[in-house]
Amino acid sequence: MNLRIEEHPILTFKKGKKVTFTLDGKPLEGYEGEPIAAALHAAGIRTLRHSPQKHRARGFFCAIGRCSSCMMEVDGDVNVMTCITPVRAGMQIRRQKGHGVIEP
Amino acid sequence: MSRATEVMVVGGGPAGLSAAVVAAELGSKVLLIDDNPQVGGQLVKQTHRFFGSSARDAGIRGVTIADALTKQAHALKKQLTILNDTAAVGFYGDGEAGILSHRSFERVAFERAIVCTGAVENALNFENNDLPGIYGAGAVQTLMNVHGIRPGQKILMIGSGNIGLIVSYQLIQAGVEVVGLVEALPTIGGYLVHASKIRRLGVPIYTGHTIKQANGSEHVTGATLVRLGEGFQAIPNTEFEVPCDCICLAVGLSPLIDMFQQAGCKMVFVAELGGLVPLHDVNMRTTNPRIFTAGDASGIEEATTAILGGRIAGARATESLHGSSAKIDEIVRDANRELSSLRSGSMGDRIRWGRERVVKEIGAC
Repeated sequence: MNLRIEEHPILTFKKGKKVTFTLDGKPLEGYEGEPIAAALHAAGIRTLRHSPQKHRARGFFCAIGRCSSCMMEVDGDVNVMTCITPVRAGMQIRRQKGHGVIEP
Repeated sequence: MSRATEVMVVGGGPAGLSAAVVAAELGSKVLLIDDNPQVGGQLVKQTHRFFGSSARDAGIRGVTIADALTKQAHALKKQLTILNDTAAVGFYGDGEAGILSHRSFERVAFERAIVCTGAVENALNFENNDLPGIYGAGAVQTLMNVHGIRPGQKILMIGSGNIGLIVSYQLIQAGVEVVGLVEALPTIGGYLVHASKIRRLGVPIYTGHTIKQANGSEHVTGATLVRLGEGFQAIPNTEFEVPCDCICLAVGLSPLIDMFQQAGCKMVFVAELGGLVPLHDVNMRTTNPRIFTAGDASGIEEATTAILGGRIAGARATESLHGSSAKIDEIVRDANRELSSLRSGSMGDRIRWGRERVVKEIGAC
């Protein structure tokens, strides 16, 4: 299922260049500059992490960096709000465990 | 690092941009802080034509209004500095704020702050409301109108206010099937002109219904709706399932008020304005004399009135620093005239009542 809008009656979308990044080691494609969570959504990924206590699936929700639902591990940093963090070539995204572990 | 300004504006949406532009035009040194990569606030995702007023933006799309305001702001470079990707973290002492950008923290000394932080979307309580696939109406607009990505293939809309109606139409424009629109009240909340548009396209509108639960384990696969009777109580055995892969919540907004509370501004609960709002006078000044407000942060309304409130706040904040002028009076008079015309009519009753109450209560302080 392609979720990218190819034609729109009002809007045209300026996309960055196509880049490859990984989710838990698996390569995916997105467009440079769009939020990581948006690129993941377009690639059909709905579950961004599981909640620390009850292990319930968590996805995209507010899209403006307020609700914390989309927090993931990005290039080793945990609790990154992926709905407002632009995707770049070679980024390594992981679904973090629990609250995320900060390496010393 | 630290910097100093006369007027600090927090938030670059329609209210903050307008406040910053007016204050800079009137000669204040202005610093505008916004935590997005570009200014424009929620206007950048609004593809519909605004009703506006004959004098302002009637028939113009939100995205176009954002472009025009941004251009005006950039043309005032000498007086107005814009910091994107920067969040105002809080106030520290009197006339000092902290801002954070790309992991560096700065202090800002200011004479006046105009807080235009906007609003956050309300959530709704129902079983499984945390499942992936349940998005706020703002998030749906961001995903589809800014990034060009559909939220899903089949979506259920909760809430029939103007946002629910307009976003439903935008979803159809983007090629998403809207499987229904759910409204707890017995009648549609928003303008009938918007409702008719989506009705003509065959979207069922379930008034007097609510969502009982979202179905699915890892993500949404459907929703169970139920009919409501007296006192919004669910009527037993009226449940039915609607298959969908997305649920959009358009159940109102609440003002984003943390900074006012932190600055010691007196707050008041006004249901008509979306909840707790900072008390402010007709000049948009709060009970903390350094702090002004405008836009949804001062009470939920819409973008055209946010622009006008921002113009008043920018003019009055400048007046409080540099004294009055005929130009300031003219800006405020024109804005007030447009505001009363926009808030006239039965749809404006609640807003007018709420606004009057805020101004009345500050008089009693």
